[in-house]
Amino acid sequence: MSEETILSVDRLTMRFGGIVAVQDLSFAAERKKITALIGPNGAGKTTVFNCITGFYKPTGGAIRLSHDDGRQIALERLNDFRIAKLAKVARTFQNIRLFPGMTALENLMVAQHNALMRASGFTLLGLIGVPTYGEAEKRAIALATDWLRRIKLLDRADDAAGNLAYGDQRRLEIARAMCTEPALLCLDEPAAGLNARESAALSELLLSIRSDGTSILLIEHDMSVVMEISDHIVVMDHGVKIAQGTPQEVRDDAKVIAAYLGTDEEEAAAVMEGGT
Amino acid sequence: MTATSHETTKTRRSAGIPFLLKTAFINAVIALVLFSLMIGIRTEAGSDGQLTYWTRFGDLASLVAAVFGGSIVIELLRQWIGATGAEKLVPASVQNGVSFIGRYLAPALLIFTLLVPVIFYNQRYILDLAILVLTYVMLGWGLNVVVGLAGLLDLGYVAFYAVGAYSYGLLATNFGWSFWVCLPLAGILAAFWGVLLGFPVLRLRGDYLAIVTLAFGEIIRLVIINWQDLTGGPNGVSGIPRPSFFGIPIDNSDDGLAAKLGIEYSPTHRIVFLFYLILALALLTNWVTIRLRRLPIGRAWEALREDEVACRALGINTTTTKLTAFATGAMFGGFAGAFFATRQGFISPESFTFQESALVLAIVVLGGMGSQLGVALAALAMIGGFELFRSLETYRMLVFGMAMVLIMIWRPRGLIGHRAPTVYLTKAQAISSDLVKEGHG
Ligand SMILES: Nc1ncnc2c1ncn2[C@@H]1O[C@H](COP(=O)(O)OP(=O)(O)OP(=O)(O)O)[C@@H](O)[C@H]1O
Ligand SMILES: [Mg+2]
Repeated sequence: MSEETILSVDRLTMRFGGIVAVQDLSFAAERKKITALIGPNGAGKTTVFNCITGFYKPTGGAIRLSHDDGRQIALERLNDFRIAKLAKVARTFQNIRLFPGMTALENLMVAQHNALMRASGFTLLGLIGVPTYGEAEKRAIALATDWLRRIKLLDRADDAAGNLAYGDQRRLEIARAMCTEPALLCLDEPAAGLNARESAALSELLLSIRSDGTSILLIEHDMSVVMEISDHIVVMDHGVKIAQGTPQEVRDDAKVIAAYLGTDEEEAAAVMEGGT
Repeated sequence: MTATSHETTKTRRSAGIPFLLKTAFINAVIALVLFSLMIGIRTEAGSDGQLTYWTRFGDLASLVAAVFGGSIVIELLRQWIGATGAEKLVPASVQNGVSFIGRYLAPALLIFTLLVPVIFYNQRYILDLAILVLTYVMLGWGLNVVVGLAGLLDLGYVAFYAVGAYSYGLLATNFGWSFWVCLPLAGILAAFWGVLLGFPVLRLRGDYLAIVTLAFGEIIRLVIINWQDLTGGPNGVSGIPRPSFFGIPIDNSDDGLAAKLGIEYSPTHRIVFLFYLILALALLTNWVTIRLRRLPIGRAWEALREDEVACRALGINTTTTKLTAFATGAMFGGFAGAFFATRQGFISPESFTFQESALVLAIVVLGGMGSQLGVALAALAMIGGFELFRSLETYRMLVFGMAMVLIMIWRPRGLIGHRAPTVYLTKAQAISSDLVKEGHG
């Protein structure tokens, strides 16, 4: 595994009973880059995400995460919340999963749970109101405010997340994931349901997150977003990798075009062109 | 979006008479089928053991007619009140008024409560009732942590109440430990049982969790009944010492509190003391809960209620978070139990039946899940209301049940239908509970 690699997936396989959702999939994501995972519906992209983030236990294969300091973590052995907590992998969901009855600000505060728990002496110090906790909470609010400003929702900070517009909810979910201060951010179709202007704003946000030094793994159907911001693209179909490379290489790949929109190559080419 | 919802309301409204008659007719048929055997035909064993029976078709007919009429009335009421959409129809000025009242209601209630023993000093009945209400306020606030905040449906809360009561009862009668030593112990023991129950149970969700907690409540009661050596079985524990004023007994002895203060002893002193004791315990529960809500653990509880999967994706250990909610709720139940034991002086398994769990849960749901003020109001309404209808004797439960149904039609999300945010940048805005999830296990 080279210095530059943050995530390496090696021969990942995931079976559900008889269904093989992912088979022998290997790819790597580079540090401080945007890696896109694309493929037609049912290709197994979300399943790969669920394996990386510990929601599924892979049937086979290895997933390695290497941190800046050289620490290597075998993600397939960690489960559940520990991947977010210890390995610093954050994710969003294909169907938005905010805390709808809590305000936008509260959503971002919950994301800083582990840091705040430590600061509150696992509740006991916080209960008696030690000043160090008060300071930690102020810092947490400052970080949340910062993110609300970046996603242009500062004026909606005290509104219930469930009351926000769909596009705003998508951005809030990204901000919430970023408030866990992750090394790797996994986004499952962040542009789904966004209009062209919102998609453009999203691309800008993701590029700014990358330039701040967070690596991104991105599942996306919106080719204009994928082609514009990805450094590297992995294409899946029916659970296996069929191509990978730069946006230009993938766009010109006949196999990708065929897989992506059945065999109707003309139509496929038209969609791929839409990305430019 | 708005246009369609308007249209649906219109169609609902205009469904009018045929719809009404249809609903009422269906209900009447169901009643006819149900009651024809239960009421229409009466059977009894005759003098020689043979079966005798006679019919009561008159009664049956009047009952079915009552169901028919009642269905129409309820349906009309529902359309008139507007069911779940009601809150959005309320004009802004009225809502502002409500929130204005809300802001001053809690302090006003607190001041009134503090003055109750002064105002009703000579009315023993009211003082006793007030103590009872406060006990349920405390239990409601305790359970609110589990059900209202963390969204875990616990049908066996009475178990922790029992653990607290028996902890104090047994420690005090066997070792002569004082109330003030036993009180924290009772809380700790109850919390311990909460964790013990929580470990195997908390991976269950929703209905399964509810059933297992219900069973746990029953198991504790059965253990108490059958472990005769320790608990005295069905005979209970008697002679539990009354609480002292930090070591000074409240009685008419020479070194009692009255003698020390140089005033004449009256049995009311003890009642007043108990009143302030449970008030202090309840307020402690409230204070701790309000503080916990603003700490990371409290926010994690509420986040858990909203979306458990998202919590895990954010690195929150959902198991320990649920356990702390369970233990915290159980601890308050334990405190309340110790108070119950010292107030009654006698405890037996009969006091810890499922009915108690159901009552406390009803208080939490009626109050509006998660709302501290709502729970207090609901406890007052449920316990006080129950007493209010005492003169109706047999019909008490019926009237009470009807009142509950009406309240739930009027306010399906409980008396206090909004959630206050735990932190804000510019302005704390109440969040309508239409958005707030109820949790699922
Ligand atoms: N928990 C599960 N149990 C059984 N089958 C599953 C499960 N999760 C996913 N699958 C199956 O795995 C295959 C891949 O699904 P997946 O959700 O990963 O696709 P996807 O690439 O994310 O598609 P989309 O673009 O529509 O989101 C599908 O055939 C799906 O039915
Ligand atoms: Mg998917």
